[in-house]
Amino acid sequence: MSYFIIFLPLLASFISGFFGRKIGSRNSEIISCILVSISAILSIIIFLEVMSGYNENLIITTWITSGSLNVNWSINIDPLSSIMLVVVTFVSSLVHVYSIGYMSHDPHKPRFMSYLSLFTFSMLILVTSDNFLQLFFGWEGVGLCSYFLIGFWFKKQSANYAAIKAFLVNRVGDFGLGLGIFLIFYVFGTVNYDEVFKLIPNIIEKKIVFLSFNFLVIDLICLLLFIGAMGKSAQIFLHTWLPDAMEGPTPVSALIHAATMVTAGVFLVVRCSPIYEYSELALNFITIIGMTTALFAASIALVQDDIKKIIAYSTCSQLGYMFFATGVGAYNVAMFHLFTHAFFKALLFLGAGSVIHSFKNEQNINHMGGIWRKLPYTYCLMIIGTLALTGFPFLSGYYSKDAIIEFAYLEKGTFSNYAATIGIITALLTSIYSWRLIFKTFHGNYNNKKINLDQMHDSPVVMLIPLIVLSIGALFSGFVFKDLLIGLDSSYLFWGDSIKFLEPLSSDHPPGWFLILTPILVILSIPLSYILFIKDRSILDHFVKINLPLYTFLKNKWYFDELYDFLFVRPLKFLGKFFWKKIDGSIIDRFGPDGISHFIKKISIFAVRFQSGFIYQYAFIMLLGFSLLLTFLIIK
Amino acid sequence: MTNFPILSSLILIPTIGSIFLLFIKSTEKNNSIKYVALFTSLINFFLSLYLWKLFDNNISDFQFVETRIWIKNFINYKVGVDGISMLFIILATFITPLCIISVNNHVKIRLKEFLIAILLMETLMIGVFCSLDLIIFYLFFEGGLIPMFLIIGIWGGNRRVYSAFKFFLFTLVGSVLMLIAIIYIYWLSGTTDVEQLYNLGIDSKYQNYLWLAFFSSFAVKTPMWPVHTWLPDAHVEAPTAGSVLLAAVLLKMAGYGFIRFSVGLFPVASTDFIPLIFTLSLIAIIYTSLVALMQDDMKKLIAYSSVAHMGFVTLGIFTFTHQGLEGSIFQMISHGLVSAALFLSVGVVYDRMKTREIKNFRGLVNIMPKYAIMFMIFTLGALGLPGTSGFIGEFLILMGTFKKSFLAATIASVGVILGAAYMLWLYKRIIFGELLSTIKKEIMPDLKRDEIFILSTLAILIIFLGFYPEPIIKTYAVSIDNFVDVYNSKIETNLVEK
Repeated sequence: MSYFIIFLPLLASFISGFFGRKIGSRNSEIISCILVSISAILSIIIFLEVMSGYNENLIITTWITSGSLNVNWSINIDPLSSIMLVVVTFVSSLVHVYSIGYMSHDPHKPRFMSYLSLFTFSMLILVTSDNFLQLFFGWEGVGLCSYFLIGFWFKKQSANYAAIKAFLVNRVGDFGLGLGIFLIFYVFGTVNYDEVFKLIPNIIEKKIVFLSFNFLVIDLICLLLFIGAMGKSAQIFLHTWLPDAMEGPTPVSALIHAATMVTAGVFLVVRCSPIYEYSELALNFITIIGMTTALFAASIALVQDDIKKIIAYSTCSQLGYMFFATGVGAYNVAMFHLFTHAFFKALLFLGAGSVIHSFKNEQNINHMGGIWRKLPYTYCLMIIGTLALTGFPFLSGYYSKDAIIEFAYLEKGTFSNYAATIGIITALLTSIYSWRLIFKTFHGNYNNKKINLDQMHDSPVVMLIPLIVLSIGALFSGFVFKDLLIGLDSSYLFWGDSIKFLEPLSSDHPPGWFLILTPILVILSIPLSYILFIKDRSILDHFVKINLPLYTFLKNKWYFDELYDFLFVRPLKFLGKFFWKKIDGSIIDRFGPDGISHFIKKISIFAVRFQSGFIYQYAFIMLLGFSLLLTFLIIK
Repeated sequence: MTNFPILSSLILIPTIGSIFLLFIKSTEKNNSIKYVALFTSLINFFLSLYLWKLFDNNISDFQFVETRIWIKNFINYKVGVDGISMLFIILATFITPLCIISVNNHVKIRLKEFLIAILLMETLMIGVFCSLDLIIFYLFFEGGLIPMFLIIGIWGGNRRVYSAFKFFLFTLVGSVLMLIAIIYIYWLSGTTDVEQLYNLGIDSKYQNYLWLAFFSSFAVKTPMWPVHTWLPDAHVEAPTAGSVLLAAVLLKMAGYGFIRFSVGLFPVASTDFIPLIFTLSLIAIIYTSLVALMQDDMKKLIAYSSVAHMGFVTLGIFTFTHQGLEGSIFQMISHGLVSAALFLSVGVVYDRMKTREIKNFRGLVNIMPKYAIMFMIFTLGALGLPGTSGFIGEFLILMGTFKKSFLAATIASVGVILGAAYMLWLYKRIIFGELLSTIKKEIMPDLKRDEIFILSTLAILIIFLGFYPEPIIKTYAVSIDNFVDVYNSKIETNLVEK
């Protein structure tokens, strides 16, 4: 059965990729939707079986052997991978269906479907791996599909650049991940999870010198792996690709850049919890990066005008939450948030896609407004998504996000109280920018000049059904799964060996005021946003005016792109040109082959002069030589 | 069948084929010369596959050894294969027919002579990979210069004479030193038989000079920084088939030479020179990647990327670890396929547009979708994406390097990022975007049947080996095991003696 889960999407990709033209785009759409949906249903069945204790590691065949290195292709089913299977295949099948409607005017539908299915396959390979190398395969595989899909509209220059940027920034992360894997192989002589995790307690004290710094081996491994996770999950410093990735079609943003691929980093850290548990340094580092990202991305989201970019920064921020949950040791809570986030963020993206579709590809929220009566279904569904995201009581985000903040508060780590405070501030910001999006998109005056308000209509059913399914998830997934995934005793039973806790999580309860603080802030921010963004713009304008430097700073996304351009892109281009023209051309060639041939030419020109053809010159030279020889012999 | 001289046949069949070619009349419409050449190379290919089938993976010794006296008490003609050389022979016999199929698109004059040059080239390449006598090896190794020199000098582009001489000058300087070293070895040990030399060993006090002499020849051919500048020029001017042979097989002769002779004969010196090799390899990887990033000629870009990829190979060999050595061999095979495919792909658009300037192309996917798919697969192979053959070599090399030096592995990994940058940027500039208005649809048809055949064969192999590298790995595993063991024991005895 697990074979089918993994390989049906691959089959779907093959069929629509190679035979898409022959069988027609409608057929390839139907086939890929059905195959991926079967895979989703099977995943749910597997998940139910895992709940009753099913665990399995299927070895398909060997992949690479070299000396002591032995790597297999494998399908490893355990609680952690089973929950990822459900998230990936479930969201993927909905996105497949949604794409039928969203891409209906595109001439390259089979290609699109093929990429989506291929992505699903790579992601499944990633999560079901039993070793680091197969993980790396899936890791780069999803990166590749993301590259294809961001650049799907290949005629757009900006889309191409965004695609390359995404791939390269991810490669920078992979550079860390790769080194981490090399180090693991160097220390343990194997890259299989089980064997590595078993050996971890033996090397806790071991130190190593890396690039002239003295590290504990375990810290170094964790930090290197985390660099990989930062790249894939768009954490601060390696986040710049994610907002640009919004150049791709919206279903892609929902599937790849919200629900699945970007969570691979979180998955990696949770998967490696048996390593991370022993590294205080790495966990603190993760906490800092996570909370910084959460706050930083939320601050940028406040002032962006592109509907997709707002949600992209929001994703970035939520991933920050997941990371600082792992940083304080609450891996299961991170997974829980990953799980609920997949529903409401995919819902928000697909809802945004529905809005964009209705506006004929308009993405600027300043050119929208006042359309809630025209798009009633989309409007309601977006509201559900927003409520869930902001953590409105009893919706899914409430259970998972507040749990993160609570655990951060309870945990007695160095940074955990600090993290909890940042968590609450970010929750407030999240709520404000989310409602800003809703109000500016659906309420107020109609601001679009290109399309008449009367022409606006809601999206077709094929796009709405996935939204409805996701909204059910956004409403109830928190409440239904909270006991299973983060309950105090029940969750240890479920996760079993797949997540390691060195010490069980704190079972205390935070004080009452703390529990209600976030929900109250979140609820209060709704009317606040309404006043700020709809009722009375003058307060906001005034606020912007007195804080103009801050506003421009946020508007320009903290100037990260400009900084990187200055630090990396330009110097590298300059160096390339310099090496090529100056060193290759002016030094090596000039003194190398060109120099030698020039030299020989000179000598030969010189030698030619001797052959003047005049007998008396030859006779003179001979005489000279003869007398020199004679002199030499006499002296000797 | 045990007495059948299968290796000698492999070496001789292309030559015999080329002699046949001499007597065939060539006319404009007559394709028979091409078929005869193709037939010859295919016989050789199947024969080499048969050899591979007979080859015993579990033995580390040389197999199918043939010895004939050439000059009594001085030079024996001796050939044989082990797991290391086996794969290179297959690579040579596999690439040659592909070159011959591709020929009629870009060689318009003197087709007969061109095919003769290619077949002779094949003889010499196979000879290099199976010779077990230093003199014989030297003859084959340097003999390869001549047909290549002619291919560039006669059928090349505008600056062909300059490039041909540059190629010749560079490679000749190194090879003279190697010849002196070989004579010196004969003088020292009384034999040039490789197997005997392996057993005898060479006194460690002579090793350094001898190693440097061999190095000077191999470094030029690899090519290593800073003697790499002949390669971009040679590639740019060479006709497509010439570039393919050059990149896919000729460069591998040097990598093979490093393993078989530099490390095999002079283990102590090789260990002493690790810092030199590592430095030069790392410079090659980073430096040429940056240079590749700024190129505006497609062929030059790929040529520079070859230098970077070969930098990985030399890095891997001199780690003396299982992963490093095996990765190097895998990387060479993979690069043979990928670079051949990339040069053929450039050839496809060059034949149609007569230009290789990147800025003359844009948006080819709009009119050549099949070409776009093929080129994408090769691009991915070149940037070492998991699932292509390029990944396995690179990753194993880096794993091996990491064992020896964290710093070297870290720097080399930066090269992997740069590799992705220049390849993807190249692809974006040529394939994506709106179609450039100067490109006419009539002169740019999508891939023809023979082009599809060649490119898809390579693409399938690149992907297949990425997922299932076992056939390659199995062939060299035992030989490399033995090779590493012998190396380690020699180093140990040397330490004890000291």
